[in-house]
Amino acid sequence: MAEFKEAPAGASMGEQLMTWVDNRFPATKMYKEHMSEYYAPKNFNWWYIFGSLAMLVLVIQIVTGIFLVMHYKPDAALAFGSVEYIMRDVPWGWLIRYMHSTGASAFFVVVYLHMFRGLIYGSYRKPRELVWIFGCGIFLCLMAEAFMGYLLPWGQMSYWGAQVIVNLFAAVPFVGPDLALLIRGDYVVGDATLNRFFSFHVIAVPLVLLGLVVAHIIALHEVGSNNPDGVEIKAKKDAQGRPLDGIPFHPYYTVHDVFGVGLFLMVFTAIIFFAPELGGYFLEYNNFIPADPLKTPLHIAPVWYFTPFYSMLRATTDPMVNVLAGVVGLGAVLTVLKGNFSGKGKIATLVIAAVAIFLLKTFDAKFWGVVVMGGAVVILFFLPWLDHSPVKSIRYRPDWHKYMYAVFVVFFLVLGYLGIQPPTDIGTLIAQVGTLFYFGFFLLMPWWSKLGTPKAVPERVTFHPH
Amino acid sequence: MSDQQVDQGKRTWLIATGCAGAVGGVATAVPFVSTFSPSERAKAAGAAVEVDISAVKPGEKLTVEWRGKPVWIVRRTPEQLEALKKNDPQLADPASARTAYPTPEYAKNPARSIKPEYLVVVGICSHLGCSPSDKFQAGAQPSLPDDWTGGFLCPCHGSTFDLAGRVFKNKPAPDNLEVPPHMYLSDTKLLIGEDKAA
Repeated sequence: MAEFKEAPAGASMGEQLMTWVDNRFPATKMYKEHMSEYYAPKNFNWWYIFGSLAMLVLVIQIVTGIFLVMHYKPDAALAFGSVEYIMRDVPWGWLIRYMHSTGASAFFVVVYLHMFRGLIYGSYRKPRELVWIFGCGIFLCLMAEAFMGYLLPWGQMSYWGAQVIVNLFAAVPFVGPDLALLIRGDYVVGDATLNRFFSFHVIAVPLVLLGLVVAHIIALHEVGSNNPDGVEIKAKKDAQGRPLDGIPFHPYYTVHDVFGVGLFLMVFTAIIFFAPELGGYFLEYNNFIPADPLKTPLHIAPVWYFTPFYSMLRATTDPMVNVLAGVVGLGAVLTVLKGNFSGKGKIATLVIAAVAIFLLKTFDAKFWGVVVMGGAVVILFFLPWLDHSPVKSIRYRPDWHKYMYAVFVVFFLVLGYLGIQPPTDIGTLIAQVGTLFYFGFFLLMPWWSKLGTPKAVPERVTFHPH
Repeated sequence: MSDQQVDQGKRTWLIATGCAGAVGGVATAVPFVSTFSPSERAKAAGAAVEVDISAVKPGEKLTVEWRGKPVWIVRRTPEQLEALKKNDPQLADPASARTAYPTPEYAKNPARSIKPEYLVVVGICSHLGCSPSDKFQAGAQPSLPDDWTGGFLCPCHGSTFDLAGRVFKNKPAPDNLEVPPHMYLSDTKLLIGEDKAA
C-alpha cells in the first residue's frame, strides 16, 4: 500500500481532489503508466495507427450495438422484420445499423492490417509473445462475434451461413453430430439457435473480448512497443531511466492518432452514407431475403473477412488429403535422413507420421477441411516460436524474405477472392496450392527464416525529424 | 517463503475442501450446459408428415418440410431411371453401404426408393447442410461434367448427386442424401417420418 499523501498547502481544488482520489485509487499512477509516461518509440510509421483504430471501432461497435438491441427482437418469427423496422421506422435507425454493419467489416480491415504490421516487424517476438497471443485471442473472439452477429438479421445468408458453420462441428469424429445439436439447440438452425447466438453476441463474447483487450494492452505496456526497426528502445536510457528513443504516448501519439482517426472516419462515413452494402461485400444481397429453411440460395459465401479460411475448407477434398498424407510422409523421411535427432527421436517421428497418415485416410476429407480451416487460425498463436530469424524487422531481413511475405499476402488475397466465388475446378486447384503455401509459410518458418544473411541492425532507431 | 512450519493437518483439510468445492463447481456447470440441448418442445416437433403426391408429374419435384428440413419427392421419368445405371463407376458409394446416414433396407436398391418412380430424400447435403439445387437437365452446363445425366448440385461447395441422391466421387460430401423413414399409406398418400419397421 502506498504512503498516505497530503496535498501541499495552498493547493488548488483540483490538486486537492486528485490527492484525495490518488490516496484511494491509483488514478494518477495509471495515467502516467499508460499515457503521459508510457514511452513509445519515436520512429513509428503509419502502420502503427491500426491498434488505435481497432480500439475506436470496438467502441463504435459497442455503442451502436447497445442502441440496436433496444429495437431488435431475437425471435425467428420477428427478427427479420425488426431489422427492417430499425432501417425504416426507427428515427435514424438506419444510420446506427449501417454504422454497426460497416463497423464489422472495418474491424476486420483494421485488425488484418494490425496483424500484418506485427508480422513484418516481428512484434510477436521475445518479449512480446503474450501480447501476440492475447491478440490472436482477440482475433478468434472477433470471428465468433462476427459469425454469431451475422445470424441475427435472419436473412437467407444468415441462415445458411450459420447452417454451414454449425455443421462444421458435426464433422468431428464420434461426438460431432451431438456437438452440433448442442450448439443449435434444435435439429436444424432455428429459434433456439437465434436466441443463444444473440446472447453470445451481445454479452458473452464481448465480455471476453474486453478482457482480452485489457490484457493485450497491459502486456504491451509492460514490455513496451516494438518499432519498424525492431530495436529495443529500453536498451538505451537517459539519466532518468527514460528510453532515449522513446516519446510519451500522450501528447505525442494521442495527437498523432487523432489525425489518423480523422482520415479513417472520412472513409468510414463515406461508406456508411454512399455505399453501406459496398457492392454486396459488407452486406450480402441475399441477406435481404428472409431466411427460408427449405431453399438454399444458389450461391452462398461468407462475408469477405472469412473467405480466405473458407477457401481452405473448400480446398480440402479427397485428392488434397492424399497430398497432405504425402507431405507428412515426405517430411518424416526427410527428418529421419537429414535431422540431427537421436535414434529414438527418429523412430518417434516415423510413428507419429504413420499415425497421422492413417488418421488422414481414416476420417472423411470433410473433417480434415474443418481441421485445416481451424488450424489456419490456431497456427498464428505459435508464430513467436516458429520465427527463428536472427533479426526482428523485415527491414533487416535478407531481401528474398520480403518476396516470401509478398507471395504470402498475394496467396491470402487470392484465397479470399476464391472464397467469394462459386467453386470451379481451376479455382479449387489454386486454393489447394494457396493452402499448402499458407501452411508451408508457417510450418517451415523455423528453417527458412534462418536462411540468408541479415543486414546490420542499427544500435538506435532510424528517425528523421520532420 | 516464510520459514514457518507447514501445518500438515491444515493443509490436508484445505486440499480436501478445495476438491469438494471444485466438484460442486463442476456439478453446477451441468445444468448450465444442459440448457444448450434441444428443449422438450423442440423434441416434440418431430412428428411425421403426410403428403399427397398425386399432383407430381414425371420429372417434377415436390418439397415438404419435415423436422424443419426439406424433404424432396421426385417423380423420375423412365429415361432418368435408365440413366442412373451409367453413374455407378463415378459414384462414391453406389450401393449406399456407408452407415453415417443409414439407408433403410427398403431403399437399398438401384433406384434408392420403395417405388422406383418416386425418390424420397432429405434435401440436405451431407457435407455442411446446404440444400442442393435441381439440375435435372442432362448434358454439359456450368459447374457440371459434360456427361451429366441429371441430378443435384450443391451451391455451397460443389458436391454433385445423381437422381437417386447418390454423391459423386471426389466431392466434399462424403455421403449420399439421406432417405428419411417413409411409407405409402395408399397409392397417392405418402407418410414421411415413420415406416413399417418402426
